[in-house]
Amino acid sequence: MSDLLRIGVDVGGTNTDAVLLRGREVLASHKAPTTSDVGGGIVSAIRQVLVASRVPAQSIAAVMIGTTHFTNALIEARHLCRVGVLRLARPATLAVRPFVDWPGALSEAVHGHVAIIGGGFNYDGRPIAPLDPGEVRKAAQEFAARGIEAVAISSVFAPVNMDQEQEAGRLVQDAIPGVRVSLSSQVGRIGLIERENAAIMNAALLPTAERVVDAFGRALADLGVRAPFYVSQNDGTLLDPEVVARYPVFTFASGPTNSMRGAAYLSGATEALVMDIGGTTTDVGALTQGFPRESAVAVNIGGVRTNFRMPDILSIGLGGGSLVIAEGGRVRVGPQSVGYRITQEALIFGGRQLTATDIAVAAGYADVGDCSRVASLDRKLVAAAVDEIHRLAEDALDRMKTSSADVPVILVGGGGVLIDRKLRGASALSMPAHAGVANAIGAAIAKVSGAVDRVYSYETAGREAALGQARDEAVRNAVAAGASDRSVEIIEVEELPLAYLPGRSVRVRVKAVGELELAGAA
Amino acid sequence: MSVRITLAEVDDLARGAAILGTGGGGDPYLGSLMLRQVLLDGLRVELIDVERLGDEDFVAPFAMMGAPTVIVEKIPNGEEMVAALRALEKFCGRESRAVLCAEIGGLNALLPLVLAARCGLPVVDGDGMGRAFPQLQMTTYHIFGINAGPMVMADEYSNTVVVQSDRSIEVERLGRSMVVAMGGSTNICLYPMSGRDAKRSMVRSTLSLALGLGRAVREARGKSSDPFVALLSYLRGTEYYKHCHVIFEGKTVDLLRETSAGWAMGKVIVEGTGACAGRQLCVQFQNEHLVARDGDEVLAIVPDLIAILDSATAEPITTEGLKYGQRVKVVALSAAPIMRTREALAVFGPQAFGLKDAFVPLERIAHRALRESA
Repeated sequence: MSDLLRIGVDVGGTNTDAVLLRGREVLASHKAPTTSDVGGGIVSAIRQVLVASRVPAQSIAAVMIGTTHFTNALIEARHLCRVGVLRLARPATLAVRPFVDWPGALSEAVHGHVAIIGGGFNYDGRPIAPLDPGEVRKAAQEFAARGIEAVAISSVFAPVNMDQEQEAGRLVQDAIPGVRVSLSSQVGRIGLIERENAAIMNAALLPTAERVVDAFGRALADLGVRAPFYVSQNDGTLLDPEVVARYPVFTFASGPTNSMRGAAYLSGATEALVMDIGGTTTDVGALTQGFPRESAVAVNIGGVRTNFRMPDILSIGLGGGSLVIAEGGRVRVGPQSVGYRITQEALIFGGRQLTATDIAVAAGYADVGDCSRVASLDRKLVAAAVDEIHRLAEDALDRMKTSSADVPVILVGGGGVLIDRKLRGASALSMPAHAGVANAIGAAIAKVSGAVDRVYSYETAGREAALGQARDEAVRNAVAAGASDRSVEIIEVEELPLAYLPGRSVRVRVKAVGELELAGAA
Repeated sequence: MSVRITLAEVDDLARGAAILGTGGGGDPYLGSLMLRQVLLDGLRVELIDVERLGDEDFVAPFAMMGAPTVIVEKIPNGEEMVAALRALEKFCGRESRAVLCAEIGGLNALLPLVLAARCGLPVVDGDGMGRAFPQLQMTTYHIFGINAGPMVMADEYSNTVVVQSDRSIEVERLGRSMVVAMGGSTNICLYPMSGRDAKRSMVRSTLSLALGLGRAVREARGKSSDPFVALLSYLRGTEYYKHCHVIFEGKTVDLLRETSAGWAMGKVIVEGTGACAGRQLCVQFQNEHLVARDGDEVLAIVPDLIAILDSATAEPITTEGLKYGQRVKVVALSAAPIMRTREALAVFGPQAFGLKDAFVPLERIAHRALRESA
């Protein structure tokens, strides 16, 4: 990484954190409350780090922003627009129509109009039906008549062939000037319903995405920052603002991802488990080659099933506020927690609830609150609770490991004080400095990526040729996203043979990653 | 008696069917969406007891045949399901009294309900496998001498093909090649039979059993009580699956997977924890779980059912969903007596899957294993 100056910002639901980095060095960090206009919190957080480090705004080379804004919009069903859904599939798929298992409130906010017309492909690329431009225009008229601002387009086996989706997208945009379009092939993978859901969510967020990206840009301009800015996505790599404005769903899991990437960066580990201990829960994720391992199962967002690329995170009910209860000779820690009320309810803060933090203080390895308030606790109970806390942590680590070998563990989050001794399964345990702003650091150090996810017939294409083609395309995608040519490397190749099909059909997923090419400011 | 299936029960049925899928059978999620859609569209889904059929009534099972990966993309339109049934009726010169289920494990448990609702017919409570199996002839219907043919296969254009042979295994072989021509998945109506045949050959009441199983697990989770206690006590109250045990608990530590001749073959190694500490279980699978071994000792073997479930939630884990580090309990259930006869074992016993071990009923093995660990 060069010595250029970068700013990382994490816009969370409560706080907006900013850090300023020169190369590997953290020059300054700051936490400010998130504001309802988004831009305000960013301006005040960045201003603070600039002032603290005495760095002029013009010398910043890049700003990287992580945000939970779009995830929250979806979960709360707020700031969403109505979507017209155009599915290219007839005569197939009519037995399951769009929105069939969406929660009522979300469907209410998003469901505009649905049209299922001729189109789609078979797994081998043979069309189910040709695309009829007349049918697309007719659907577009119905969308326009209902005042629909955004259209989601899905097609059967779009990951195998996306031509029809693209053609339909052009036709819809010609028919309805200014309409926003979201294609399923751009946002999801195999599994029509999950991919279509992703496209619908994306379309519903488009007006908000444009507004938020615009607010980011204006905030930076107000500060006199002339550098380009980027937004971090689910896999911990960066997106151009124009891409975020078109694909807001790519940012859905950037929060935990940035925190994991930041933890990895601060500790220098690339193969490690990251344990983020908060007030109520502990999130454990695995880093491979410095990136979060992706989840293989369907992910529900706001009650809707999707197949986004999300980090594989295990959440357990262990945190600083976890209640400690002795029953029948056993001590239980969590999952119930006093949560954010810990500063009133925990014994050490004058409350009446025995929490995991009280135990850590009573055992003498944490220094929080008033330790005299836990001095009279039964020593056996304290010892048993300490054992239980570590057992829960060890169990979570073990679940996230991919082999029986010990791995380094990085602790972040305020609940890190709960851990006192070496954990079984951990080859090393570290709690790096600046762990409180790991999110913003994760954003600041992000790279750029390109991915490919497609079904190949190894019998016709040949395995080597097919893999070569997928690798080349992933590299091209990474460079197109802004990676410097020299730095791009393939970090993931996955082959999944498809059962019951002839021709050795294999689903291939390849990911390439490279350093962001920065113009040398300063 | 007849029972109506409601929207609130769809997920319970899907969960129960997934457990009885013994690692395979296809994800019932898509079936649950299709069922949800017909119920939302105001159609009725009604289950009837097999005794409600007249001896001379005409009935046939419905299923989908093909690759799960294709089915989750090229979802049926519903019309082709009806077309398959109508073409079979036309070929046989009869009208259906009800729709049957061929396979209670996985996706195919729910699809006959979708077809029946669309045709205004009831579904007979039961199936032909009592679990999931990978081939068409692996049914009690076949064992009782009912021919899989004539079988009608329909694609999304309602193009239909009739496969006719004197031998069910030929119907399977010819049908399998037609699946490819139809784009990797097809809708099939097969084993046309009389009400009399259905009564003597069905594994009875498995649909309501799957529903009850899914409900028992959900209710246990809702009350934060042990879902395995609920699951086992429910099963022990049933006629077929009353011999059932957690045969092993542990953590998955190794996974070997390959695709061979279209089958998802492989094995998973579970390292024992708790009462099973110090032992290792190997579960071998071919789409579905075939045999569970502790060293040389067989703890359960096909056609008895072997399900791998998440140790906390009792959520079934399919062979595709297996990965390193999962905490699991392995549950074995006795297959229905109708599936353990000499004739049945010849069709879907251990030798039908190339295993050398003889079939030993779970209740004998499990008894021994329990005593040893006690």
